[in-house]
Amino acid sequence: MNRFPIWKYLLIALVLITATIYTLPNFFGETPAVQISSTRQSTPVDTALMARIETTLKQQGIAPLGIFLDGTSLKVRFKDPDTQIKARDAIQQALGDTYIIALNLLPASPEWLTRLHANPMFLGLDLRGGVHFLLEVDMKAAVEKTMERYAGDVRRELKAAKIRYGAIKRLGDTTLEVQLRDAETLKAAADKLARTLPSVTFTSNDANFRLTLTLKPEEITRIQSDAVKQNITTLHNRVNELGVAEPVIQQAGPSRIVVQLPGVQDTAKAKDILGRTATLQVRMVEDDQGKVAEALAGNTPAGYELLDEATSRGTSKILLKKDVELTGDNINSAQPGFDQNGGASVDIGLDSTGAEIFRTLTAENIGKRMAMVLVEKNRSEVVTAPVIRSEIGGGRVQISGSMNPAEANDVALLLRAGSLAAPMNIIEERTIGPSLGKENIEKGFHSTLWGFAAIAVFMAIYYGVFGVISVISLAANLFMLVALLSMLQATLTLPGIAAIALTLGMAIDANVLINERIREELRNGVPPQSAIQAGYGHAWATILDSNVTTLIAGLALLIFGSGPVRGFAVVHCLGIMTSMFSAVLVSRAVVNLWYGRRRRLTSVSIGQVWKPENK
Amino acid sequence: MEFFRIKRDIPFMSYGKLTTTISLVTFILAVVFLFTKGLNLSVEFTGGTVMEVQYQQAANLGDIRHRVEALKVGEVQVQSLGTSRDVLIRLPSKAGVSSAKLSEQVMGLLKAGDASVQLRKVEFVGPSVGEELVSSGLTAILLVCVGIVIYLAIRFEWRLALSAIIANMHDVVIILGCFALFQWEFSLTVLAGVLAVLGYSVNESVVVFDRIRENFRRPAMRGKSTAEVIDNAITATMSRTFITHGSTETMVLSMLLFGGPALHGFAMALTIGIVFGIYSSVLVASPLALALGTTREHMVKVVKPKEEAVV
Repeated sequence: MNRFPIWKYLLIALVLITATIYTLPNFFGETPAVQISSTRQSTPVDTALMARIETTLKQQGIAPLGIFLDGTSLKVRFKDPDTQIKARDAIQQALGDTYIIALNLLPASPEWLTRLHANPMFLGLDLRGGVHFLLEVDMKAAVEKTMERYAGDVRRELKAAKIRYGAIKRLGDTTLEVQLRDAETLKAAADKLARTLPSVTFTSNDANFRLTLTLKPEEITRIQSDAVKQNITTLHNRVNELGVAEPVIQQAGPSRIVVQLPGVQDTAKAKDILGRTATLQVRMVEDDQGKVAEALAGNTPAGYELLDEATSRGTSKILLKKDVELTGDNINSAQPGFDQNGGASVDIGLDSTGAEIFRTLTAENIGKRMAMVLVEKNRSEVVTAPVIRSEIGGGRVQISGSMNPAEANDVALLLRAGSLAAPMNIIEERTIGPSLGKENIEKGFHSTLWGFAAIAVFMAIYYGVFGVISVISLAANLFMLVALLSMLQATLTLPGIAAIALTLGMAIDANVLINERIREELRNGVPPQSAIQAGYGHAWATILDSNVTTLIAGLALLIFGSGPVRGFAVVHCLGIMTSMFSAVLVSRAVVNLWYGRRRRLTSVSIGQVWKPENK
Repeated sequence: MEFFRIKRDIPFMSYGKLTTTISLVTFILAVVFLFTKGLNLSVEFTGGTVMEVQYQQAANLGDIRHRVEALKVGEVQVQSLGTSRDVLIRLPSKAGVSSAKLSEQVMGLLKAGDASVQLRKVEFVGPSVGEELVSSGLTAILLVCVGIVIYLAIRFEWRLALSAIIANMHDVVIILGCFALFQWEFSLTVLAGVLAVLGYSVNESVVVFDRIRENFRRPAMRGKSTAEVIDNAITATMSRTFITHGSTETMVLSMLLFGGPALHGFAMALTIGIVFGIYSSVLVASPLALALGTTREHMVKVVKPKEEAVV
C-alpha cells in the first residue's frame, strides 16, 4: 500500500542530491582576492595580461593562491587580506590607470563546485556591509535642456534660411512660440522647421503669425529614458574609479537609479565621486616638432600642456594648447557608427552654439589636429585626436579612420560620460558597516539554528519516528531553499534570513497536519498502513489550500514591496514551494521506505495515541 | 505523549457572544490607540536620517545629544540601542540640507568628543520615498485581502471567505494597535511581518474550514446542526493548531531572542500575530461564518449530482 514506484524514489533522491551540492558552497567561506577588469574594449583582459600580472607578483615576492580569467575580469586569490592589499598596490603600480583594480572576496569552494556553477548565496548589503544610494534624476531639467537646444536650433535654421523672425518664447515646459512677420514668413518657417525638427508638432496661428512648437509625447518619453540611461553610463564610469568589485547600478522606476557599492566604507568619497561633474573640452593639438621635443624633454612651453593619449597601441604623449575651444555642454549626443567606407566612426551631435563655434574652428584649422579631452578630478585624458579634413557646419560631426568598432564604442562612451544628462539627487541612503553586516549574519544564523533545534527536539519526543521523519523533511526543505537561493543568486538580506526561519516554522505545519491525521485514523481503529495512507490523503487538500493562501500574501509582498520587504518576500515564496515538496513527498518517501515494506505492520511510532474510554 | 485528550466536542459556538464581545473590545481599543497615539513610523516612512554608532566604552547620551543639537536641524532623538555602547541618532529631514553632508557632520562632531566612535549604519530617506512606501504598503494589504477572498470563495464559499478575512483584518488591526500603544517602531520589516501574519493566519482558518466541509460530507454528521459540525471540526483540529503555532512561535521567539535589534520588530509583530491568529480563526472566523448563515447546502452542493447518479 505505502510504496512508491522506484522512479519516484530516484527523482526525490536526485532532487535532494542536487540540493546538497548547491548548498555546499555556502559552507566553504571566502578568500580575499584582487579583481582586475577593464572598462574599454580596446584594452582587453586576456592571457597576456595574466602573464604580466604573474611576473609582477613574482618580482614582488607575492605568491597568489590562484589566478584565473572569469569572463571579462581577471581574479587573483591570496591567502590573507594583508597579502591581498600588498598585491593590489603592486598590480596598480604595474598597470596604471587603464584597468580597474578592486579588492574582492571570492568563494573558497573547491573547483569542481565552481565548474558546476554552484556559488554561495549572494549576500545583500545589510549582510556584507556597504553603501546603497537611490538617486532621482531631475526629469524637468532634462526636458528643459532639450527645449533650450530646440530654441537654439530654431534660431539657427531660420537665420540660415533668411527668414525674419521676432521673439522666441517658452510657453510651459514643452512648448516654444515663435513670432513671425506675416503669413508668408509663417508658412516658410513652418515648412523649413518641419523638415529639420521631426520630433515636434507645429501649430500655426494665422491671426497673429505665431508658430507654436510642442514636443511630441513620445519625444518626452525618449528624452527622459535617454537621460536616465546616460546618467547610468556616467555613474558606471565613476564607480569604476572607486574600485568596487561588484557594483550594482540599475534603473528603478522611470526616473530613479539604484547604486549599491558592497564593501565601500568611505561614503564621503563615494558621494563625492558620484556627484562630481566631469567636463569635456575640445582643444587644438600642437604638432610643431620643436615644441613637442622640448615638452618631452621636460619643459613644456607656456600655454601648452603635455597629456596622455590612450589608444589600442598603448599610451603616447600629445602636446595641447591650453585654450579651450568648446566644452561638453555643447555636445548633445555621441554614438558609435560607421562612415561611408564602412569603417568605424563616432557620430557627435552639437547644439547650435556648438555647431557655430565648431564651424569656425574647423574652417580655420584644416589639416591640423584637434583633441577631445575628458577632465575629471583634475586629471585630463585625451579621448581622441582626429585630423580636421574640411570645414564642418550643421553640428553633425563624424570622427572616423584608424579606429576599430570597439574603440569607437569606448570613445562614444567617454564623450557621453563627460556630463550628466540631468542633475540627480540622493533620495535614499543606507550605509552598513562591515562589523554590523557580520553580526547580522551571525544573529540570523543563530536564530534559525536554535529555532530549528527546539522544533526538532519537540517533534522527535512528541511524534516518535514520525517526528524524526518530519525533522528530516524540514532539513531537506532548508537545504532545497538554500540551494535554490544559491542557484538563482537571489540577494539574501537579513529579512531574507528571517524569512528562512519563519518559513521553516510554518513548514512544520504540513507535517503536524499529516501526523495528527494519522493519529486520528489510528484512534478510530484503522490499521496502521491504511492510517498512513488516509492521513497523507486527507492532509494534502488542507496543505494545498493553506499554502496557496500564504503564497498569495507572499506574491503581493513581492510585487508591492520594496527594499527589505521584497528581500523577505522572495525567500518566503520560494520557501513555501520547497516546503510543499519536502513535507509531502520527501516525508512520504521516508515513511514508505521505513514502514511501507512491512506486510504485517501492527504499530507505528507516532507518539502515544490516546483513545477516549467511551469508544 | 498526547497533549489534548478531549472526550467530547467543546461547544465553541455557544461562547459566540462572549468571544464576539472580547474581539470587539480589543478591536475598538486597538483602533483608539491607533488614532490617539498613532504609529511610531520609522525613518523609511517619514523621511529623515537615522545613524547607528558604536563607542568603545559606555556612551554619554547627554553629551551626544548636546553635540548633535549644535547642528540646529530640528528635533534630534538620541537613544541607546540594546547595549550602552550602541547609540541610535535620529535626525529629521530638512529641506536644502543634503543628507550626505549631514551624516558626515554628525560623525565629525562625535569624533571630536570621542575618537573611538565608529559609524555602524546610516539610513537616509527622502520625504517623497516615504509617501510612496505608505501607499504601496496599503495597496499590498488590500491586494492580499482581495486575493485571499477570491481564492477562498472559489475553494469554499463566499461566507467562509468573508469571515476569514474579517477575522484576519481584526488580527492586523490588533497588531497595529499594540505597536501604537507601546510606541514600538513600525518599519518596513514590521510591515513585512504584518503581511506575513495575514497569510499565516488565513492558513489557520483554512484548516478549520477544510474540516468543516469534510464534516458536512461525513454520513455520521448528517443529523447534526451547523454549530455542532463546526464545534467538532474545531475540536478535531485543536491539537494540530496548538502544535503548529507552537512550532512557528518557537522560531519567532528564537528570532526575538537571538535576532538582535534588526529583527526585533519583525519578531514582535509575528508573536502578537500568531497568538491572535489562533484566537481569531477559531473564535472569530467560525462564529462569523455561522452568523452569516453557512449551511450544509452551501458546502456540499458539488457532491449532489454525483449522489443522484449513483442512486
